[in-house]
Amino acid sequence: MNSHFHSTPSLREERVPGGGHTSFILRRGQILRMTDIEGEANVSMMMLNPHEKSERLNLPDTLKGQHTARLSRGHCFYSDMGRVLAGIITDSCGWHDPFGGVLNAEETLEKYGAGRYQELRNGFYRNGVDNLLVEMGKWDLGLEDLLMVVNFFSKVSVAEDGRFQFWSQHSKAGDMVELFAPMDVLIILTALPHPQNPQSDYAPRPVQLSWFQADDPHAATEALFTRDENRRAFVNTQLFAL
Amino acid sequence: MSLIPSERHSDDAIFRHVIPAGEPYLFEVKKGQTLRLLDLEGNQAVDTLFYNADNPRERYDPQRTLRRQGNAYLSTGSVLYSNLGHPLLTIVADTCGRHDTLGGACAQESNTVRYALDKGYMHSCRDNFLCACLHDGRLHKRDIGANINFFMNVPVTPQGGLTFEDGISAAGKYVELRAECHVVVLISNCPQLNNPCNGWNPTPAEVLVWN
Repeated sequence: MNSHFHSTPSLREERVPGGGHTSFILRRGQILRMTDIEGEANVSMMMLNPHEKSERLNLPDTLKGQHTARLSRGHCFYSDMGRVLAGIITDSCGWHDPFGGVLNAEETLEKYGAGRYQELRNGFYRNGVDNLLVEMGKWDLGLEDLLMVVNFFSKVSVAEDGRFQFWSQHSKAGDMVELFAPMDVLIILTALPHPQNPQSDYAPRPVQLSWFQADDPHAATEALFTRDENRRAFVNTQLFAL
Repeated sequence: MSLIPSERHSDDAIFRHVIPAGEPYLFEVKKGQTLRLLDLEGNQAVDTLFYNADNPRERYDPQRTLRRQGNAYLSTGSVLYSNLGHPLLTIVADTCGRHDTLGGACAQESNTVRYALDKGYMHSCRDNFLCACLHDGRLHKRDIGANINFFMNVPVTPQGGLTFEDGISAAGKYVELRAECHVVVLISNCPQLNNPCNGWNPTPAEVLVWN
């Protein structure tokens, strides 16, 4: 799948190994592409306003504002201040999960068994809570800042009676999703299996990150004008940038 | 949805408080005590957050709670887990049948997005949360995570749609929770007038506590 929103070479490339974690500011007008290298990747992500870090991705506002329980092309990620931190402008995957969250150390031990650094060195069994907290610590964030996360490349549907269903092999090798940032956004992520993935051997998948400058920020923004709520959230975003 | 009534009598409650429509209320419940939230007049969303009173950085975690029970809705039997993976409370009775934890709380800012830019000056749940938190002193904006909307029905469709539906709560419906540790309870009795979550008419709700 090709992107329609950038045509110049990437500003930066980074391969995050399975189990890895990283954080960075995606600047206003830039695009982050995430590519599933091997298939069945999962990226757990947080988003914050780097200039006022108490402003963060608010998933309930994001879901109810767009009447959706799945995230895909045309969806925006709203902050708790009614602004658009980022939006999905390209997506070959079709469904990204807002429900699953991340496992902590105890839950990871319960699911995969023991996998300590002492025996496994850098192949040790990492967990999403600790990986995100480590990155958050680098930006002087604390435990209270770890809120609901998005799990990219994963699909979890909800049956009529409320039961969750995890869809195995949802993301294929080469699948990719692109986020456009209409304001600076601090992104914190880790590449670990989705908590509801039933596979019981610890096998985190790598993901490729690519940064681009949008050719035309207005075109990227207009691609996210998929509903009136998003248009109003973009007005709030523009007012913040005055 | 199964409806599980309680054996408890309101006369035996050690504490009762009516929260007027649109107001916040912050209080504590001790480990082992039972808390009832009562929809007095019907169709009233009670936006609620829980914290460990001994460590207010430990709070209710909706993703862990839903994941561990394998279901998107809260009702009798639901254990409300914290961000550290500890049980904060357990729902032990419920005559409503289903409660939402995906829809979040209304805020001035989200009202501008959802309804109209000029709705930003209407009263909202986050105004209530912030006012109560800053007066209390232990809690701040960063402690306000995703909440539970007791008595609210927000069904998810199998295709991934999210809808707001009215009508499963009624006057006298209640939910009861047993505290598994000493908890701070932060409530906004929802003032939203832009959608049917309060039946277009916010009304009082009552809290009762039993030993």
